[in-house]
Amino acid sequence: MASPPNPQPIGSPDPNDNLPLVLVHRLPQFTTTFNHWLQPHFRILEPSDPSFSIRSKTVRALFCMGPTPVNSETLDQFPSVECVVGTSAGIDHIDLAECNRRRVMVTNAGDAFSEDVADYAVGLLIDVLRRVSAADRFVRGGLWAVNGEYPLGSKVGGKRIGIVGLGSIGSMVAKRLEPFGCIIAYNSRRKKLNVPFPYYSTVQDLATNSDALILCCSLTSETRHLINKDVMMALGKKGVVINVGRGALVDEKELVEFLVQGEIAGAGLDVFEDEPNVPKELFGLDNVVLSPHKAVTTPESIERLRKAIVGNLDAFFANKPLLSQVKFE
Amino acid sequence: MAESKHLPKVLLLGPPNVFQIHGKHFSQRFQFLKPFESPIPTDQFLAENCGSVQAMMCSGDTPVTSDLLRKLPAVRIIVTSSAGVNHIDLTECRRRGISVCNAGTVFSEDVADTAVGLVIDVMRRISAGDRFVRSGVWPVQGQYPLGSKVGGKRVGIIGLGSIGLEVAKRLEAFGCKISYNSRTKKSSIPFAYYPSVLELTINCDILVICCALTDQTRHMINKEVLYALGKEGVIVNIARGAIIDEKELVACLVDGKIAGAGLDVFENEPEVPNELFDLDNVVLSAHRAVFTEQSLWDIYELMSGNLEAFFANKPLLSPVIDG
Repeated sequence: MASPPNPQPIGSPDPNDNLPLVLVHRLPQFTTTFNHWLQPHFRILEPSDPSFSIRSKTVRALFCMGPTPVNSETLDQFPSVECVVGTSAGIDHIDLAECNRRRVMVTNAGDAFSEDVADYAVGLLIDVLRRVSAADRFVRGGLWAVNGEYPLGSKVGGKRIGIVGLGSIGSMVAKRLEPFGCIIAYNSRRKKLNVPFPYYSTVQDLATNSDALILCCSLTSETRHLINKDVMMALGKKGVVINVGRGALVDEKELVEFLVQGEIAGAGLDVFEDEPNVPKELFGLDNVVLSPHKAVTTPESIERLRKAIVGNLDAFFANKPLLSQVKFE
Repeated sequence: MAESKHLPKVLLLGPPNVFQIHGKHFSQRFQFLKPFESPIPTDQFLAENCGSVQAMMCSGDTPVTSDLLRKLPAVRIIVTSSAGVNHIDLTECRRRGISVCNAGTVFSEDVADTAVGLVIDVMRRISAGDRFVRSGVWPVQGQYPLGSKVGGKRVGIIGLGSIGLEVAKRLEAFGCKISYNSRTKKSSIPFAYYPSVLELTINCDILVICCALTDQTRHMINKEVLYALGKEGVIVNIARGAIIDEKELVACLVDGKIAGAGLDVFENEPEVPNELFDLDNVVLSAHRAVFTEQSLWDIYELMSGNLEAFFANKPLLSPVIDG
């Protein structure tokens, strides 16, 4: 047998000792683990491991569960880490600048979720415009027989859709909405070549020219509260906001005010600033669709995530190019 | 108003929703006889006022029976506000040479949008998730159950008319694989055709019903078809409730024989089987797949356009029967 790459502490005659070591970094409240994904291919190091204090100083790969923060303190604690592998598309919980400074590579879920998020975003848009969930409540409440007709919806076709962030999710949303007869435009950090849709250099301009905004961009210091009072005023009383990005892309307090006052027409929200807390004022509104941050969750996307995570770790340990590295810009 | 006496007379039954919303516009072009506003019984009203009336306007749930038509000896055209014409005795109309005009393709896009919205909602549990959040349970219960991916699923469309085609076009963009059953195979259509509903169902994950209700299609979706759809299968109905054996559907949903359903129509509207209210895998709608402001304006224009064409002896805009 080949000798293991690292010195073995006494009492761990594990045949898997040949496998590369991966630190599992998770907040205590995350009781679901993906350890069963990792264990066939890697050795796992967790705080509960008796050799943690030693091995944590030499481990090279960190597996970051969900929104567990990775910041300077984390990187100080694990000084040999060269690669951070995340489980989400959004990595606003990882200090990308700090990682870049220390030459630590970061990977995200890549495209694992894009289709499912795009499907969901379109579902939310149709729901808000055509009042699908509100009608479902109406019928379940036994009101159809009593109250008769229910308020009109608004036609999806012909609506001007402003996509904020034309990455893989945003592009898929556009592709799905075109056959509905929607008119697509977008804002992104940079204009994209070979894209047939009109580009607006600011979200404000996009909002002025849109009936609905669909937020598909990442949360960064530049995009925090991107959708603010001015943007919502530009969107107007008939405007709709769909958010499948991150709650903090929207000034949530302002959004609630606008919705309660009828200054915008409706919203479909999968994400919130302080999940799982949702502003209670929204519970009484019929023109809002609320979702518990699950735009990604299908069995298929979970499997794609598994492949992305294992693939990225395999590539790292083999000194090959990572599958879904997020570069600091 | 005195002016209205010069306008062509139209018997109004129902009345359809579009009249409730655009009545003023309609009344600028036609003089409507409204038995529902009269204190005398309908039969008497018809006998006294409608002996020479040539045109009739009705809603999608006004039964236009041979009995009724017998009381209207001069009627030559019926304009319904619906796409469906299952409420009209078409045989009698053909016999009498009465033209029948429906909603044509005015509603097709909005209905298709609703159908797709229901597919996504059932598969991805959007309304169920909304209930979960509104109940305040998210902070307590944490994660919500997985939905099922829409893309890549096999979608079987029953009835590839204008609505069915719009549904197909939309779901293709999600990466779904489309197949269909129709009365006849459509030669120019690239989707796979199955000669029977049962065969179609065996080969798909999501069934979307977009066909008309006729004697042949009543209870077409029966126990056998539902069992063939299977435990992972989903059904969406935006056509007519009676195309599905509703009792069987409810039993299959309650027993988990199919995975879920999105229903805009029911056998006995506005009654909805109460067992459905407790199910999280069902999305219910109050027969409003057509109801947008835009479509109501479009149907107003189409219906009044058909009537004007009739009175001017011009070609009808959306005839189902051209008497």
